[in-house]
Amino acid sequence: MDNNEKFTHVRMREQAPEERRKNFKEVPYGYSEEEALKEAARCLGCKKPPCVAGCPAEVDIPTFIKAIKEKRFKDAVNVIKNTNTLPAVCGRVCPQEDQCEKNCVLQKTGKGPVKIGNLERFAADTDRANADNGSGSVATIARHGKKVAVIGAGPSGLTCASDLAKKGYRVTLFEALHRPGGVLVYGIPEFRLPKDIVYKEVDEIKKLGVELKMNFVVGKTSTLDDLRKEGFEAFFIGTGAGLPWFMGIEGENLSGVYSANEFLTRVNLMKAYRFPEYDTPVTVGKRVAVVGAGNVAMDSARCALRLGAEKVYIVYRRTEAEMPARIDEIHHAKQEGVELHLLTNPVKILGDEKGNIKSLVCIKNKLGEPDSSGRPRPVPIEGSEFEMPVETVIMAIGNGPNPLLIASIQGLTTNKRGNITADDKGHTNIPDVFAGGDIVTGAATVIAAMGAGKVAARAMDEYLSSK
Amino acid sequence: MYRITKKKQLNQDITLIEFEAPDIARSAHAGQFVIFCIDEFGERFPLTIYDYDRSRGTVTVVCQAIGVSTKKLCTMNVGDNINDVVGPLGHATKTKNIGKVICIGGGVGTAEAYPIAKALKEDGNDVTVIIGARNKELVICEDEIRGFCDKVFITTDDGSHGRKGFVTDVLKELIEKDRYDLVFAIGPIIMMKMVSVMTKAKGVRTMVSLNSIMIDGTGMCGGCRVQYDNQTKFCCVDGPEFDGHLVDFDELMVRQARYKDKEKLALERYGEKCRIGLGRG
Repeated sequence: MDNNEKFTHVRMREQAPEERRKNFKEVPYGYSEEEALKEAARCLGCKKPPCVAGCPAEVDIPTFIKAIKEKRFKDAVNVIKNTNTLPAVCGRVCPQEDQCEKNCVLQKTGKGPVKIGNLERFAADTDRANADNGSGSVATIARHGKKVAVIGAGPSGLTCASDLAKKGYRVTLFEALHRPGGVLVYGIPEFRLPKDIVYKEVDEIKKLGVELKMNFVVGKTSTLDDLRKEGFEAFFIGTGAGLPWFMGIEGENLSGVYSANEFLTRVNLMKAYRFPEYDTPVTVGKRVAVVGAGNVAMDSARCALRLGAEKVYIVYRRTEAEMPARIDEIHHAKQEGVELHLLTNPVKILGDEKGNIKSLVCIKNKLGEPDSSGRPRPVPIEGSEFEMPVETVIMAIGNGPNPLLIASIQGLTTNKRGNITADDKGHTNIPDVFAGGDIVTGAATVIAAMGAGKVAARAMDEYLSSK
Repeated sequence: MYRITKKKQLNQDITLIEFEAPDIARSAHAGQFVIFCIDEFGERFPLTIYDYDRSRGTVTVVCQAIGVSTKKLCTMNVGDNINDVVGPLGHATKTKNIGKVICIGGGVGTAEAYPIAKALKEDGNDVTVIIGARNKELVICEDEIRGFCDKVFITTDDGSHGRKGFVTDVLKELIEKDRYDLVFAIGPIIMMKMVSVMTKAKGVRTMVSLNSIMIDGTGMCGGCRVQYDNQTKFCCVDGPEFDGHLVDFDELMVRQARYKDKEKLALERYGEKCRIGLGRG
């Protein structure tokens, strides 16, 4: 290994853009063993590792990388699983550039950080491949009698349930949809996170003794009080970001307008990309405008391309620098041919009497004084309206909290936006009710939700132990 | 899995299906709905709860075979398992202290009007029911409704049963003759619209139950949105019942037709599969 090579990370091979925009297969291939060893060798194994401080799931990063270096792959994944229930998921969808990798000492010396996420993915994938051969991990835990309920089988709920099961609680995980995973299965597309990987990681959680109850809407199928009567002693609410926001502009209820939630749920959870083999339809037409610039917007845009749209536009009112999506996602979207219409804001949607969209009318913005978020405020340029001919509009401008469960819990405190008020340990104002993830913070990341689930599990354990 | 415990063909296209779902039966009320996903390939679709039996832990729906999903459900048999059913969803009907009520059921909507009319009656209201269908063969739930209600009117388009004409013909006479506190209309969108137009002119409060295209049924997708009193509402969490005088029915009709072409394609493919014996279930 020459010096030069030692200081640049091992790039992950991926499907060529012109190929992958036609399929839903995963974009990056993952490291080979040789590549993983090479990348792991770059880790300095710091005594006081700054990377760990950047990880909401508290993964012991240097220890798992050391295990990879020594080809103890089973140990590597076990180190990760000690604190992180979903390693194959996190290795793929965490914004590592803003977390662990940002803190890597190599980053500070200008040599580029160790690709921790790629190594995490390698460790998890290798373990899963071995598990398929029957040599994977199965945990056995001593159980005491206390029953706890975790509501919502997304990232925060899965983490919380898993941590509580490891502490010996009898955990029931309630999920409203017919499949577990929350945003990991309905939101994040197959090409970024294959669903089989999510289901396998959920299977691991089931092996810990967690009981999954699908098709169960707490607040409707049973109330919290019903569950209390059934003997549940503590509750974690991780129901996520619920109601999709719309802009409130004219033409938004034309039938070609989707919320990103609906569009992605059709495509990912219901597999509309394989219609008519699968029964759920979705339509995109030739031209699609996606309003918004977060990860959800990028996912929607890239799905639309793969469904056969010839032109896909991201419409965003600020500039590329302010786009909230991960850099990788923006990069991948652009590579695949997604076009960015920046400093552009929708004004109305024009359609015909059959509900078909004819065009999205937009206005151009310029940057003004910084607003409350510290970013330059986009100011509309008078008279700059123009028509963007499209057949489909996807609104990816975020979600408000789902009121369904919250409204059914008497006395639960929420904030102005309707999110549950919880402290940094997950306590709400009701002693046996804990909460975390998007239902508390508003839309954030998978890993932040997992971190919240983890912290809440600890607080629930303290609460139940002192009872 | 949700095992089918009873099946009854009400007419050529409409089937009554009872299945085991103790969690749903325990909390179900008139006016609420459930969402089905029949099998691994299935789409999620809503059906109104027709009846429930808390002691036996069963829920009953009435399903009209129109598209692939409803055909799949209607061709299942006693002992078969439905993959997924979730509910009860939506708000329950308010049935207390209403007064004089007319419940109108059109076509398969009669099965949805039935539990509401029954609950209204049980809560002591004065209930009149109007059932409408294209012909005698398509009139459903008549005996069940007559079982608790003695003021029942039937209309058929061709006059083969009851009176020839539309439900609105009877409604018009009733509301001209007498004062009513509430009209409930459940059926084809066009019928709910015509009823609402008529009662608005007379100032009679009217509720309609909307069965729009939806996926999750918990407010997450927003696919079921409806223009209501110049605001956007979600049928699943804000409804399914709405004041008929404030619903934009024209927009709703357009939205319901969104996947017509795709549905046709899926149906052709499904028919082909059944014909050559490659059905999935």
